[in-house]
Amino acid sequence: MSVRRLTEQQPASFAFSTQSKIEVDKWIAKFPAGRQASAVIAALWIGQEQEGWVSKPMIEEVGRILSMPYIRVLEVATFYTMFNLEPVGDHLVQVCTTTPCWLRGSDDVVAACKKHIAPTQHTVSKDGKFSWMEVECLGACVNAPMMQIGKDFYEDLDGPATEKLLEAFRRGETPKPGPQNYGRVSSEPQGGALTLTDPQLNKGGYSKKSPEAAS
Amino acid sequence: MLSDKDRIFTNLYGFQDPGLKGAMARGAWDGTKQILERGIDAIIDEMKKSGLRGRGGAGFPTGLKWSFMPKEVKERPHYLVVNADESEPGTCKDRDILRNDPHTLVEGCLIASFAMRANVCYVYVRGEFIREREALQRAVDEAYEAKLIGKDNIHGYPFDLYVHHGAGAYICGEETALLESLEGKKGQPRLKPPFPANSGVWGCPTTVNNVESIAVAPTILRRGPEWFAGIGRPNNTGTKVFCVSGHVNKPCNVEEEMGISLRELIEKHAGGVRGGWDNLLAVIPGGASVPLLPKSICDDVLMDFDSLKNVQSGLGTAAVIVMDKSCDVVQAIARLAYFYKHESCGQCTPCREGTGWMWRVMTRMQRGDARPEEIDLLLEVTKEIEGHTICALGDAAAWPIQGLIRHFRPELERRMAAHKVAAE
Repeated sequence: MSVRRLTEQQPASFAFSTQSKIEVDKWIAKFPAGRQASAVIAALWIGQEQEGWVSKPMIEEVGRILSMPYIRVLEVATFYTMFNLEPVGDHLVQVCTTTPCWLRGSDDVVAACKKHIAPTQHTVSKDGKFSWMEVECLGACVNAPMMQIGKDFYEDLDGPATEKLLEAFRRGETPKPGPQNYGRVSSEPQGGALTLTDPQLNKGGYSKKSPEAAS
Repeated sequence: MLSDKDRIFTNLYGFQDPGLKGAMARGAWDGTKQILERGIDAIIDEMKKSGLRGRGGAGFPTGLKWSFMPKEVKERPHYLVVNADESEPGTCKDRDILRNDPHTLVEGCLIASFAMRANVCYVYVRGEFIREREALQRAVDEAYEAKLIGKDNIHGYPFDLYVHHGAGAYICGEETALLESLEGKKGQPRLKPPFPANSGVWGCPTTVNNVESIAVAPTILRRGPEWFAGIGRPNNTGTKVFCVSGHVNKPCNVEEEMGISLRELIEKHAGGVRGGWDNLLAVIPGGASVPLLPKSICDDVLMDFDSLKNVQSGLGTAAVIVMDKSCDVVQAIARLAYFYKHESCGQCTPCREGTGWMWRVMTRMQRGDARPEEIDLLLEVTKEIEGHTICALGDAAAWPIQGLIRHFRPELERRMAAHKVAAE
């Protein structure tokens, strides 16, 4: 298991913005009355979206809103690894290094991050724009190696492609997510899909039962 | 090779419109009302006849699972929970369904919920899949808008669908950990029994199904169980989305027939092993949790539940991880040992302590810095973890190492000998 603790330097207070509070309320409404604790992951995530990381005052505020004891929210914040328990760079770079990505060269992606961001993970770059970390399988294994920057997956990487992406982010651009090499669109084989080429598939398909839809 | 007309996920690659209009042009939401009108018993019977086995890894018959729900709704409402916490290393099939063919899932959720007398369904998407969650939410919003789902919909069965998400925890793919997480707790698995069908989320009858299991249901019910059962082999029927990653020329996802040979899958769809078939070292055939297979077995093994079980491995999620001869197979498995150490929830001692212990020993063995008798000690420890934990994560951590020792013991011994010579 991964041992995660709150960082020592904590802000004095935290408040959800008006927009964030509306979002949290939407999540609470997804669950039956009295089951508002189910919104805890979403609430912490919304807080992290707002502040960049999860602080002790935020945990206390979420506990107040959801009528949960502090310890229950703390457990959730420390258990789930997507919650940053310390400040991160504007662009959080998460490099997958689990076996399928490693087989296809995630070491080169890590090397590019060390060169362009900081020699060690969880360290904010000098310009404050980036921090990077190794993460476990992100679930894009046929497009390995890959990394997540912010909300987007950048796939089919190698060392040079990673450096190019980081340089583009540094210039303030937002490069197009998805595969960066081999001319792929998504998870089809390089060179073009060998299946799903039958035009009938998009003209009603083969599973139609009702006659008007089959025409 | 499976023909395009027998494929269920016809927008797997996202070349077409994933939205409602595109999905309907591909045949989704066609005659859904007529399917519901057949009634619960008929639907479950057809699902059983189709032979569909759960696509999340364990391969439990889906129709049978649906039938475990109580026959009448009492004071506790029923729930369907869809497991979209796809985190098994090597696996990226549900991701394509969520982002490119989400209406297959939304329609499946309605039908499956109907068959279980549930009026509410939660889809638990892994936290990292932010764009995929957004894509699914768009499909859900479209379905509400078109009155395909909702409290008052054209199908005449009140049904609400909510998209939920996690925040980075592999263990939440285990069904009871997922339910704990959905309740707003740490994702630590529950002891079974009680099984979720009796006491699931918030103590209510609940069924947890994988995305792919639910998303194939509408097509099965439209085309008939005989159609689905006619594909594949007995007890291993239908189509399956395979993910081929690692040392192949063209890694890809592809929907194929169950029971396709591993070699055909790799050579026809993934451009072959890098450097040719003879350059193959080993394959992990079903996601990180199943034991690897050496080339000699890969030559003619078939990709289905029973065939892979017969060679002491498993189909799992059908995520094929290929390693060629350039690969340090010990490091590949050591990295998986680290994965399980990182993802153990810490609840059961054999897993919490054992995964770290195994990883440390594997790290030494990778360098050869170990004594040959430690191989048997490591094997014994894997057996002490396997079957002695609340959930299957302990087993999943043990199996890759057992597979390595079973098939690559000489390589481990060779390293130890080389290390000893270098040290002297």
